[in-house]
Amino acid sequence: MAGVLVVAEHLRGQVRPVTLELVTAAKDVGGPVTAVVIAKNPSALTGQVDVAGVDEIVTVAVEAEEFENDVYQAALEAVIAERKPDAVLLGFTVNSMDFAPAVATKLGLGYASDIFAVSSEGSSLVAQRSYYGAKVNAELEFPGKDCVMLLLRPTSWAPAEGSGSASVTEISAPSVESRARHVDFEEVEQGDVDITTAEFLLSIGRGVGEKDAIGQFEELADRMGATLSVSRPIVDAGWMTNARQVGQSGKTVKPKVYLALGISGAVQHLAGMKTAGTIIAVNTDPEAAIFNVAHYGAVADLFEVADELEKLF
Amino acid sequence: MKIVVCAKQVAMLGDEVEFTDDGRSVDTDYLEFALNEWDTFATEEALQIRERLGGEGEVVVVTAGDEDAEEAMRRCLAMGADRGVRISIEGIADRDPISVARALAQVVEKEQPDLVFCGVQSADAVQATTGVALAELLGLPRVAVVRELDYDHDAKKARVSRELEGGLIDVVEADTPAVLTIQTGINEPRYATLRAIKQAEQKEIEEVEPGDLGEPAAHVRRMFVPAKGEGAEMLNGSPEAVAQRIAEIVKERLT
Repeated sequence: MAGVLVVAEHLRGQVRPVTLELVTAAKDVGGPVTAVVIAKNPSALTGQVDVAGVDEIVTVAVEAEEFENDVYQAALEAVIAERKPDAVLLGFTVNSMDFAPAVATKLGLGYASDIFAVSSEGSSLVAQRSYYGAKVNAELEFPGKDCVMLLLRPTSWAPAEGSGSASVTEISAPSVESRARHVDFEEVEQGDVDITTAEFLLSIGRGVGEKDAIGQFEELADRMGATLSVSRPIVDAGWMTNARQVGQSGKTVKPKVYLALGISGAVQHLAGMKTAGTIIAVNTDPEAAIFNVAHYGAVADLFEVADELEKLF
Repeated sequence: MKIVVCAKQVAMLGDEVEFTDDGRSVDTDYLEFALNEWDTFATEEALQIRERLGGEGEVVVVTAGDEDAEEAMRRCLAMGADRGVRISIEGIADRDPISVARALAQVVEKEQPDLVFCGVQSADAVQATTGVALAELLGLPRVAVVRELDYDHDAKKARVSRELEGGLIDVVEADTPAVLTIQTGINEPRYATLRAIKQAEQKEIEEVEPGDLGEPAAHVRRMFVPAKGEGAEMLNGSPEAVAQRIAEIVKERLT
């Protein structure tokens, strides 16, 4: 077995949690696990990936201060060429989306993204992902591929724990011209609300239909003693700021109670709230994915339920 | 100035599902089709850039799929795109995104565009892969998950904001021509007027045969309906009864 490469994701000096989830997933593939750290100064990060389950850490020092897709692509290609792994695992994240498909295309790897389960059948790999709004799952195979790259859905595996004692090897990569260069980071304005600390979130989604309806739910949240949060379509429409958005591109929340009105439950949304204490969902679609994670569900018109809730608080 | 928008007709599943005899895909009788939501934002962005540059230039929509997929492309044409190219592939839903990128690359390369827009992902498959794979095949720079775009046509540069997890923005300067994958919320896609929809029926859609799609990057072995977890306890009855139960649960859990 040539083993599994786990590509560490990091941002501003911190290894992202998904990296440790990849280490756990690597055990489902089988074989020695090598963590790959591509960074301007990898030695500052190797300690954070030296967890139980990692056999070796490979570092690639690059010139770019922050993530740049051409630079990371060249570095990862160099590691794959040197190690010839059976599998390469990355998080299904915005930075992975920016370079992993290019690596897989160039090297002709087996490839799939948003994978939430992996298993090894003999010498071949089987990966699971979903289609059609998570209403259907599929098992994928990679016939004829010696190396398979998988982008794994965050929060699908438990993070690896315990300290490790991996050896560190440096690999050099050719320097490349970076055609998409990092300029700056900007924080989205957060305003005065922090949905991550709220005990009770009243969360609304596409089902509210129009901007004028928002006020009614702000009032309802007030009455119920809840903080109002929203799913992505509400922010996309410009009806609320990103500060109130739950999900992968917003905030991860863990309130005692999460009351979701008119939220169908896109994977990215569920990733941000599925660990809430009690999840109550109201939606008109009985097949809405939110009911798969909810503790209580009601197939009902959210406005009718909201009107009745108003009378009770 | 030319912008190519790669658009996809996506499939949605209703309440019921049946699979094909080989168990590898969903029977199309159970699917409904629409233009991918992300691609409406990509089309709008292309149209706005052209308007900003004085209305000169062309917006070309490219799709891969069977004849029915032209319906989605007509939506883009009704919004204001000039013409379409459809790469004729049956069973596009069964193709992996890198194979689809290979089909698109052959057409996009011929167009020699200044910019190529793809949606970040498609609503039905959510691979978030085709755009960046396409850039690799074309040898072009790329930026994935673009939420803001400032294109300088003369300097051949684009300053873009990428939306990272947790709301952090990564500001990037890219050389162009480039492939950008467009995130929802970057603009407000226009509605096509009835007149525009009628006019779009007259716009040219060229049909081309796909070239070599290469070895697939993945192969679906079987599809199945996921086992429901413990599932939600369903609250039944009138809205009043549902609200009553919700109120009880909320009060109980918060104390």
